[in-house]
Amino acid sequence: MSLFAMEVPGGAAWSSPVRAGRLVTLTALGDDANCSVLLVAADRVDRLNLPDTLKAQMSARVIAPMVLMSDRGLALASVVASSLDWHDALGGFSHPAHLERHGPTSYAADRNDWRRSARTGLVSELTKHGLDERDLHGSVNFFSKVAVTDDDRASLTHVTGHSRAGDTVTLRVEHDLLVALSTAPHPMATGAWAPAGVRVEVSHAPEVDPATDASWCFRDESARALEMSRRAAA
Amino acid sequence: MTATTHETVTGSDLDLLVEAGDGALVAVPRGGRLRIVDLHGNQAADTLLYDAADVRNRYSALDTVREQAAVFLTTGSRLLSTRLDELAVITDDTVGRHDTLGGACAQESNVVRYGEHTRHQHACRQTFLAYGAPAGIGARELGHNINFFMNVPVTSAGDLHFEDGLSAPGKHVELTASRDLLVLLSNCPQLNNPCNGWDPTPVRLLGWWT
Ligand SMILES: [Zn+2]
Repeated sequence: MSLFAMEVPGGAAWSSPVRAGRLVTLTALGDDANCSVLLVAADRVDRLNLPDTLKAQMSARVIAPMVLMSDRGLALASVVASSLDWHDALGGFSHPAHLERHGPTSYAADRNDWRRSARTGLVSELTKHGLDERDLHGSVNFFSKVAVTDDDRASLTHVTGHSRAGDTVTLRVEHDLLVALSTAPHPMATGAWAPAGVRVEVSHAPEVDPATDASWCFRDESARALEMSRRAAA
Repeated sequence: MTATTHETVTGSDLDLLVEAGDGALVAVPRGGRLRIVDLHGNQAADTLLYDAADVRNRYSALDTVREQAAVFLTTGSRLLSTRLDELAVITDDTVGRHDTLGGACAQESNVVRYGEHTRHQHACRQTFLAYGAPAGIGARELGHNINFFMNVPVTSAGDLHFEDGLSAPGKHVELTASRDLLVLLSNCPQLNNPCNGWDPTPVRLLGWWT
């Protein structure tokens, strides 16, 4: 059952508390969207830990039905559905330096079309909740892919055309969260400034049966993190 | 365990043995060189770097990886901060590559990876917090670290796993500080995977400040 839906325009940032037991569905509203997402736990200290998430599930990308894990070993959210087989977990979010190639920009010159990086937007959102740049951490860049080359250094290349308008990903929130996101372009993207918007829909998650749920059954590590979140809410 | 070669080094400003499972917080001045020696081979040295003038400006694994457009760290890698400042450059490396995507071990992530029976085993995150505290480095200041001497292959298929190290007794890596730094190191006590060759051993820190 849908609780609310809203559109975050391209190049913007947004944050909100989202309770455990909700689904958050992100839908790309244009081609080559990017949505850099941070997850902060209920205590506002624990947070998404991408290295722990990746090594526990032996993956260099985020895919369904992986579980997104925190510094303290909680399952923060499960990726329960995705139209894409790769969401970037290696590239981090954009900084003001990545926007310099588009030329100067300001509110005075461009009004609300001024260009701001993901870092600027995410810090702005964190600050609203009493947090600051210390609370930044590795983001998942939904809808983006940075391809790995099988060479000596595991070279990285951003893939243009990875996602299309209408691509979706759904997270099941496993622990009360603060979700912060930015729709600024991926920092390695090379195209002109044309960030796609993202639709955010929050709904009730159906009842979960650990015996059959894809995330609980994915790996022993995924199930143990989900169990730690269950205990944290006990 | 292989025999330790404790070559005598003269003229260094720092010569510190960090025992297995122990840690260190070392101030390295701008222009200073810090060498980490893997005395017995295959020993992960989990490392975080901070701008000594402001610990909020800390090492950022993902910014470092993205800006060099490659996953592994080696000679020439610029180690960048969360503000994209260059904190240090790897100026010597006799191993060939080092990991920065594998993160540190923690009691809680050990439970996730290996099960409840590992909860009370010693882990890097505790070492980071204990040695970081005097410098104001707490949980919020812990970013994703470097694992010197650790081998974590990443593939075009999107896989990531831990493998036996490429390091060997006496191999080393050396950083040159681009500004005044605090280097926070945990000599990893992990017993449940091959990152320490199943037997954690000491590392040696050598520094030259001019
Ligand atoms: Zn460790």
